[in-house]
Amino acid sequence: MAQHSSKGARFQAVTANRLKDGEVVYFKGNGWIENFAEAEIADGQEAAEALLTRASPDNMEAFILDPYLFEVSESDNGFTPVSVRENIRAKGPTVRTDLGKQAEAG
Amino acid sequence: MYRYDEFDHKIVTDRVNQFRGQVNRRISGALSEDAFKPLRLMNGVYLQLHAYMLRVAIPYGTVSSKQMRMLAHIARKYDRGYGHFTTRQNIQYNWPALDRIPDLLEELASVEMHAIQTSGNCIRNVTADQYAGAIADEIEDPRIISEIIRQWSTFHPEFSYLPRKFKIAVTGHENDRAAIKLHDIGIVIVKNDKGETGYEVHVGGGQGRSPFIAKKLTDFVPAKKLLAYLEAVMRVYNMLGRRDNSYKARIKILVHETGETEMRRLVEEEFAKIDASQMLSLPEAELDRISAYFAPPNYENLPAQSDAFEAAKEGNPEFSHWVKTNLVPHKTPGYGIVNISLKPIGGIPGDATDAQMDVIADLAERYALDEIRVTHEQNLVLPHVKLDEAKEVYDILCAHDLATPNIGLISDSIACPGLDYCNLANARSIPLAQEISTHFADLDKQYDIGELKIKISGCINACGHHHVGHIGILGVDKKGTEFYQISLGGSADEKASLGDITGQAFTEDKVVDAVDTIVETYLNLRQPEERFLDTYRRVGMDPFKEQLYAD
Ligand code: HEM
Ligand code: SF4
Repeated sequence: MAQHSSKGARFQAVTANRLKDGEVVYFKGNGWIENFAEAEIADGQEAAEALLTRASPDNMEAFILDPYLFEVSESDNGFTPVSVRENIRAKGPTVRTDLGKQAEAG
Repeated sequence: MYRYDEFDHKIVTDRVNQFRGQVNRRISGALSEDAFKPLRLMNGVYLQLHAYMLRVAIPYGTVSSKQMRMLAHIARKYDRGYGHFTTRQNIQYNWPALDRIPDLLEELASVEMHAIQTSGNCIRNVTADQYAGAIADEIEDPRIISEIIRQWSTFHPEFSYLPRKFKIAVTGHENDRAAIKLHDIGIVIVKNDKGETGYEVHVGGGQGRSPFIAKKLTDFVPAKKLLAYLEAVMRVYNMLGRRDNSYKARIKILVHETGETEMRRLVEEEFAKIDASQMLSLPEAELDRISAYFAPPNYENLPAQSDAFEAAKEGNPEFSHWVKTNLVPHKTPGYGIVNISLKPIGGIPGDATDAQMDVIADLAERYALDEIRVTHEQNLVLPHVKLDEAKEVYDILCAHDLATPNIGLISDSIACPGLDYCNLANARSIPLAQEISTHFADLDKQYDIGELKIKISGCINACGHHHVGHIGILGVDKKGTEFYQISLGGSADEKASLGDITGQAFTEDKVVDAVDTIVETYLNLRQPEERFLDTYRRVGMDPFKEQLYAD
């Protein structure tokens, strides 16, 4: 499996899979949402660590599996995940664009 | 066909109930993920990128119409309308919700199917030649001994905590279609000089990070003593197999580190002890009982030649092409073995929709004595079709995009789920298979190229068998971008070999060009009748390398 963030990563977000159905989710505020576009973005390593801590309270395991930080980059239309892997997680299988989040987004 | 006896059925339903309790406790928070994960894996449930994945066992790749209909029903009700047939002759569903999997498993159990032994460090689902019982010149139907091994190994207490997973494959034919030399144990059914049936046993094959071709430990184990011999192999493995490093825990590493001769001696020593105790000698009656499940179906008495079949070929060149690639002679006069390609041009290798599964179930019921097989090359087979009715079967397959005439050709590639689905992937596999198949869509071109097996894995675990592809493609990760390493000259048949890496990896947009260059180089160099693999074995890597890295 690939590394999720490069060493000097500036922007990062937290993702996980939801226990009940495995759905990809992102941390925001003090809860989890399904859409990457709304994910909370941390600027800098310290903010990232704080975000991950907030996303991993003791009772987290009851809903969420393995939260981790991953790198995102800023572009004209907001943030996008850096790795191919996180782009695919954010959208769905590239070979079935009728399935996953990309399909629900319409 | 084999039916679970009552005992088995109870085991399976007990297991479903147990798992239902475990899932409920996990969701209520009573079980931690650490405690739950091994339990879900034991029941075939993995977590992938977008969702859970469920792997359903298809022992030795044989399914009935009723079971296929259930697989379709599950795709519809619990998944997103499709399933993925795998190189382990299993089916995987990519989207089931955890809280509904117990219901799903309960429905599966109603047709005697389950997800046991599809995961974990146990003896996995035994695989066998997909033409078992149908192909001419078979010594014995490999499913008989596969079933005996399945019964012996299921929940065998000594083998429930092996150093690593353990895979067994069986062939009863000299042409190996089950890749037996790439399994932890590969069994070839043979006859000795006296005409007695017995087993040649190969040990320590495998792919993944350290690929090995299995070593033949014995030329002949008599039928009655096979389990004793296998038990001996398992004991040596259990005693000496490494447990310190999961990458070094497979029996292939033990065989490699111990050496073939010493390994043989250790197994023989253990075998002598077990044999002397007579604990595991197979009673004749038991062999007969299980053989009876695989008794030949009721074939009709037909002439070898079918006029209707010959006329249909005359009148329809497309049908005639399909016959050439997808229909294999049957041992019974008047019958044929029909291969159903799950590799439409530009499609996803191994995927079938619920509607397609239903059609195939109907076809099997109406035309194929109720049997369907799954091949390790991710296709399906109707093993017993009357030649008289082959054209009808073909027409129905055509109507459902299931009649691509490409078995064994360049567009019949194997691809693992790769980064489109798999949590362990470095790179995508499926899009490459699609691009290659689209690039070589022209059938005349494909026939001209001839037999060429492309196998693609999204990481070194080698679920897509890239090590043994005539052309193998392996996804590697460089800083979050996809790269692909290409190898040549692998083969998974009776003359198994591992591919040689061409050199530096290619970016995604260069892979199809590279494959094209390899194919063109072969076409320029080949001698009459030479397949790609023959040419490669004759000329070696250099000419290919020169063309690939010319600038
Ligand atoms: C997507 C979920 C999957 C996961 C997490 C997974 C995981 C793995 C892992 C970790 C290995 C390496 C084991 C080892 O070397 O000890 C492996 C090997 C293998 N898997 Fe998968 N796999 C998946 C899907 C598949 C599929 C879809 C197929 C069939 C198309 C498959 C067939 C195989 C085969 C044939 C091997 C090679 C066995 C060997 O080492 O000899 N797997 N898999
Ligand atoms: S080879 Fe790697 S990427 Fe492909 S299915 Fe296996 S583990 Fe996943």
